[in-house]
Amino acid sequence: MPKSLISIHDLSKEEILHILHTASAFEREPDSSLLRHKVIATLFFEPSTRTRLSFETAANRLSARIIGFTDSGSTSVTKGESIKDTIKTVSNYADLIVIRHPLEGSARYASEVSSVPVINAGDGANQHPSQTLLDMYSILKTQQSLDGLQLTLVGDLKYGRTVHSLLQAMSLFSTRFTFVSPPELAMPLEYKQFLQHRNLSYKESKDLLPHIPEADILYITRVQAERFSEPMEYEKVKNVYSLTASMLHPCKPNLKILHPLPRVNEIALDVDNTPQAYYFEQARNGIYTRMAIMAYLLGLT
Amino acid sequence: MDVDNDKTFKVSAIKNGTVIDRIPPQSLFKVIEILGLDRTDHQITFGTNFDSKHLGKKAIIKITDSFFEDRDIDRISLIAPEAKLNIIKDYKVVEKRQVSIPRQIRGIARCFNPKCITNQQQMETRFTTKIERGGISLVCHYCEKITATKNLQIISKSRTYPIDF
Repeated sequence: MPKSLISIHDLSKEEILHILHTASAFEREPDSSLLRHKVIATLFFEPSTRTRLSFETAANRLSARIIGFTDSGSTSVTKGESIKDTIKTVSNYADLIVIRHPLEGSARYASEVSSVPVINAGDGANQHPSQTLLDMYSILKTQQSLDGLQLTLVGDLKYGRTVHSLLQAMSLFSTRFTFVSPPELAMPLEYKQFLQHRNLSYKESKDLLPHIPEADILYITRVQAERFSEPMEYEKVKNVYSLTASMLHPCKPNLKILHPLPRVNEIALDVDNTPQAYYFEQARNGIYTRMAIMAYLLGLT
Repeated sequence: MDVDNDKTFKVSAIKNGTVIDRIPPQSLFKVIEILGLDRTDHQITFGTNFDSKHLGKKAIIKITDSFFEDRDIDRISLIAPEAKLNIIKDYKVVEKRQVSIPRQIRGIARCFNPKCITNQQQMETRFTTKIERGGISLVCHYCEKITATKNLQIISKSRTYPIDF
């Protein structure tokens, strides 16, 4: 079975660092002909424009050619074709498959039936490892190191897959965590136990403001209305976790604010012009990170 | 002869076959279903709510002229983890087998997550077992979600798969 990237647990610490250092090299020299004779398939069984454009830009930067579809409506899936048959077919055509699918575990299954490497670009609420790697690349780039940082995670910590994967990956680097969320959306017990097993400390809080001065990274996620059974409960908390520029005094000089995007009202527009705002650069870092992932899985770095 | 075996004989001895002992009473009919005993032509006797040193109460099944593969025994380990199999030849116990919980299981249980790919495509389920105080839980190889004992659903042999989309 060729090497695939399905879950962040598939990578060792060394592999993560290798990919991040390769991303850094691609950032210095973004146009490469490394994948000139390769065909990359982007199979998006549900639409995700941001993620697809990021992968396709990365493939283009590496001079690969791209085939694929942007949602399953125009494919044989509507005729009842199984994932297995779609992947078996496409792995005859392409050198690497990027898959986005609403069902959890679909990407792992695809990697088991594929004859070429598979990258999971999101399988339902389960995993999205390239997001985690681009988050780590952004942290590395802004902090010069991944070791011993204070990482403050804010917002929906219960359902947010990005924060769970980031927590697990950053636990390899002696990170100190603070979890800021409404009680309804608190970090699940299994992740806190995961940190305890690794002797890593964490704090939990309902309030964001007291935790800003100590943070190296503020990682903010969206609190979604549909997570609340009572609309009133959502109304109560939605602005509590809204970050404004005035809240950033005082803060550490190296503080950066990350957000997986799309942002709604959890970061006020006046934050965009502060030196701490980093979420748009973070999106750009996704290109270099995905270039590095593709090159690595194809055995070219 | 220990106390458990003494009780076994209350259900009438068999000449050749398998005696499955130490089944939790609430799992008896599930074990029958998993092993396909409700569709067999062989003679079966079963009894339940016997006193048991180990379990408090237990159930026993005796199947004439039937012997089981390890894979079938794995299937019952999830709901009868302490079950013991006695292989009988000519009224004598010739072999005793203890059910053990395998680290990896395939195709026996269903993932409780409705959005898991294994519940939507014709494919085999795969889990890593985790033994905890509350019982056995299964970590899905695909969706990575944990199915706890209380949500455990065993796939019976007659299972048909739903068709995707």
